[in-house]
Amino acid sequence: MPILVGKETRAIVQGITGNQGSFHARLMLEYGTKIVAGVTPGKGGTKLQDVPVYDTVATAKDETNADSSVIFVPAPYAKEAAMEAMDAALNPVVIITEGIPARDEMVIMRYAREHSTVIVGPNTPGVITPGQSKLGIMPGNVFRPGSVGLASRSGTLTYEIAASLTHAGIGQSTCLGIGGDPIVGLSFVDVLKMFREDSGTESLVLIGEIGGTAEEDAAKYIADTRYPKPVVAYVTGKAAPPGKRMGHAGAIITGSEGTADNKIRSLVAAGVRVAEIPSGIPELLVRKVQTVR
Amino acid sequence: MKLFEFEAKNLASNLGITTPRGAVASSAEEARDIHKRLGGAVVVKAQVLVAGRGKAGGIKFASKPEETFDRAKEMLGSFIKGENVRKVLIEQKLPVKKELYVSIAEDRMNKCQTVLASRQGGIDIEEVARTHPEEIARRHMDPVYGIRGYEARDLALNLGYGGQQLNMICDLLTNLYRLSVIYDCELVESNPLVETQDGRFLAADLRMIIDDNSLFRHPEFQERSKEPGAELTPLEAKARENNLAFVELDGDIGIIGNGAGLVMATIDLVKYYGGQPANFCDVGGGAAADRVASALGIIQSSDKVRTVLVNILAGITRCDDVAKGILDVKKVVGLKKPLVVRMVGTNEEEGRRLLETAGIIPLIHMEDAARIAAKGA
Repeated sequence: MPILVGKETRAIVQGITGNQGSFHARLMLEYGTKIVAGVTPGKGGTKLQDVPVYDTVATAKDETNADSSVIFVPAPYAKEAAMEAMDAALNPVVIITEGIPARDEMVIMRYAREHSTVIVGPNTPGVITPGQSKLGIMPGNVFRPGSVGLASRSGTLTYEIAASLTHAGIGQSTCLGIGGDPIVGLSFVDVLKMFREDSGTESLVLIGEIGGTAEEDAAKYIADTRYPKPVVAYVTGKAAPPGKRMGHAGAIITGSEGTADNKIRSLVAAGVRVAEIPSGIPELLVRKVQTVR
Repeated sequence: MKLFEFEAKNLASNLGITTPRGAVASSAEEARDIHKRLGGAVVVKAQVLVAGRGKAGGIKFASKPEETFDRAKEMLGSFIKGENVRKVLIEQKLPVKKELYVSIAEDRMNKCQTVLASRQGGIDIEEVARTHPEEIARRHMDPVYGIRGYEARDLALNLGYGGQQLNMICDLLTNLYRLSVIYDCELVESNPLVETQDGRFLAADLRMIIDDNSLFRHPEFQERSKEPGAELTPLEAKARENNLAFVELDGDIGIIGNGAGLVMATIDLVKYYGGQPANFCDVGGGAAADRVASALGIIQSSDKVRTVLVNILAGITRCDDVAKGILDVKKVVGLKKPLVVRMVGTNEEEGRRLLETAGIIPLIHMEDAARIAAKGA
């Protein structure tokens, strides 16, 4: 049993006729994802590939029995797109869009709490359950089905590490990006809780970066609950100067908060093995799993 | 984007937030004239974006206009924590009874704005949080309803004010919150917020940081956000014009990659192998030839760069596009520095073939590329 997405997932793509939306809708379909509808206001009644396009999310859902959404809508309109998906009771809602104002993200997350919706992102590569379905923009070919759960704050670094796992013969249960912005839906702790309940996940990889306290919070949760599955991690941004935003809106050291050193220290103290370099992850994982058994 | 104190205070005054009387000067003469107009004693404040200027000599008092002239003369053109001082703010000196702290900041964990208020103002709030956490009152703001009257009153009571002063503090908190909402602020911070001898409240200092992602709905800041100067080095400004995420660093190895996490990891690796990165440069997820070319062009134009490392993991990006970008630079201006390329993923074979015909052999593993670049290619 994977988390968040699987074979049965029936997704719509909001912003399906845009550049990114149409390109990735095609790649998701090729991967085997059931993209049952698209939504672009004003383009209702048309088709993209064989996917019917609707003007509103509500009609798309009624006509196709969709259960989740991937959003490619440009930043200025993303807040309302997310609310529209939640009003139609789609869940999870994956927000790929980068550059959404933090204040809009706060409103999205408040709305999500009221609707009990899981938000993946914003500014995320999405979520993939290898061999079954992907809601996102990650290259499907670097992932393999298996039992390692992976959660990350970045995109390409996730592909890098997933590829090294695959190369080492270690497959993945579900991989997701929680998002590179300061305000995102799922925290590492939320993801740890989901993987804890997932019988298909035997061990976990967390890929953290500078900024905020998501990694420290995860470390505390792992220690406090004596987390039952082995966890290994990599944290990037060790060489980043304070006060500078390193590409992601959320990757910034503010005051003494958010340094890579602090995150690594917290994780190590909680019993998480932290790789010094990205390619160190597969070996740590193999060793960690053996020690636990 | 950070605003200068005088910019933040102008915006605040328009919303009815009281700030000390004063004006900004670019020369010592202007500073002296402002003092003459204000009368009394003044404070001369260097206008820089780095925090902690007080300890670095960026805040001085003066009782006579000639003194203000001297202080301004010393400050203008000097460097405070590496930042050039181009303007000074001359303000009336306040009859301070108590220094307070108030901020409204983006709260990642609670996914809202959080107001912090403390009677321990005028000092580093992180220090207060460490030593006297009970001295800081906080309230999470609902992003839809905003600050409600009773929330402001609760904070005011926590600061120890009642009666007429309770309402004054509430108005001030409400207006600071409005300021934060109207301008999409990551941070609004007044430290200190001053209670004067006669019981009034003024934002003696004010810092504002605008959320860069909100700039599309703030045309008033758009030009300002792209200017080189205090916040951006000339190289960073040039990169921003080309829509590249770019941060200049101290070393001599130029770094280009796709995806923020991968670029950060590349920088960490170069350091791990003993090299010093010259920059962070993310050409983005779906990087095409022109973006790679402009990144390479900008980085190799820097004198301090001795080697350039390109690290591409192509998912959405295509290796042949990346190779074309590199070859464009080679053809048009030439490759001015030794180049180390690591490139794998989509259309890898075609990309590899293109580079090899130009005599560049791309590597497979990012660790190898970082190690070679760190040794000086």
